[in-house]
Amino acid sequence: MRGEGWLDCAAAPKLRRGRLFQIMSKRIVISGAILFVLLIFSRILYAQSGAPSQSGGVQREDWWANHEKWNTPIPDKPVFAGKKSGPAPRRDLSGTWDGVAEGGTQPKGAKDYPDDASHRPEPPYTPLGKEARARNKPGEGEEQVPIGLVNDPVDSCDPVGFPRIDLFSLKAMTIVQTPKYVVWLNQFYNVYRIIWTDGRELPKDPEPRYYGYSVGHWKDDYNFVVDTVGMDERTWLDNVGRPHSSALRVVERFHRVNRDILELTVTVDDPKMYTKPWVAADKLTLHLLPPDFDMGEMICSPSEMSNYKKLVANPVSGGGK
Amino acid sequence: MKGKFLMILALGIGVSTLSLPLLAHHGNAAYDYTATKTVKGTVTDWTWANPHCFLWLDSKDENGNTTHWVLEASSPVDMRRAGWAATTFKSGDEVKVDIMPAKNGATVGRIRRVVLPDGKVLVAGGRYTL
Repeated sequence: MRGEGWLDCAAAPKLRRGRLFQIMSKRIVISGAILFVLLIFSRILYAQSGAPSQSGGVQREDWWANHEKWNTPIPDKPVFAGKKSGPAPRRDLSGTWDGVAEGGTQPKGAKDYPDDASHRPEPPYTPLGKEARARNKPGEGEEQVPIGLVNDPVDSCDPVGFPRIDLFSLKAMTIVQTPKYVVWLNQFYNVYRIIWTDGRELPKDPEPRYYGYSVGHWKDDYNFVVDTVGMDERTWLDNVGRPHSSALRVVERFHRVNRDILELTVTVDDPKMYTKPWVAADKLTLHLLPPDFDMGEMICSPSEMSNYKKLVANPVSGGGK
Repeated sequence: MKGKFLMILALGIGVSTLSLPLLAHHGNAAYDYTATKTVKGTVTDWTWANPHCFLWLDSKDENGNTTHWVLEASSPVDMRRAGWAATTFKSGDEVKVDIMPAKNGATVGRIRRVVLPDGKVLVAGGRYTL
């Protein structure tokens, strides 16, 4: 190859000028072709690993700059994929988070106990738990009944309750931290919770509340643990009618993985209904939304629900036309 | 590479469709989940409501008989995410709607997608697309 290589400059004087020009031109064309192929290849790799894709017709990188400022639609999952992150801030969960992308909406029951035909690891019921489960007539899962026969409290716009709000419908959710408590604002049904961090103990014999009584503490700089008790027995644990009693205790672990990701693990402990504690959601990933994200309302309106039943649910459940 | 790229594209479209959120806490027991029926008609109302939006449609058959349809969709938050709005329809619009029909034959259905008067197609949010 000596005398014909790009780097063999010493050989150049030995070549006639025309021949040298010919070789140089050929190399330039080949190099250009290689560069072109590499560019195309890297573009494909980039598309696969990282970025521009579509979300509601908006290029992914554009969405972060150009999303709607009011009633901001929750973006599609590709908008989060491959997003460059930064280190997790210390002892900080504040911001608006998306639960939809990674499975925060769970019509078929708790994320890690889906009630479907292919995969149905039922939680470890006590005999009382089994009875209570049978009394609940859900509109989803393997035990589902036609819409008109459902006895789900949410069907009447009654409170979703805790922890069903975690296990059924985490859409957008805002966390605000203050020195004494953390405020948790959920888009679905416009629910708020207060998680006390002032060192108080949980109430000993609490009057039941739909969203219970919560205290939280930092286990370390990136893990926040919330204990909740005192939930009202009238609410369901999840969307397929898993029951709970007032003895229910729920532990939520929020792990700030990095600037943009929070993982939520929910453990359910109700000795009256279940023989042992079980993990209903294991490391459910929440993505940080932009600071100007405006949550649209998702209130259950009783009169609109009543219309829905009259116009849709009852006709499709009855004898028909 | 082309095959792989297409496969990833197809998977991406599939996953983004399947992962659309939904409000409905009741399933599809009353609907024929596997069927799609097309209803053509005139919009009489579009109710942008929580927990479910409805589209009211009058459909005329070849004999001039009118059938009133009530077609349900998901919540405003889910529908907005799929590109719908409170202003998507106005009374008098002529539209074509693909629906999941009721098993009992009631003139009620779940909207899968709609073709608007200008030819624009909107796919519903939530399970309605499946």
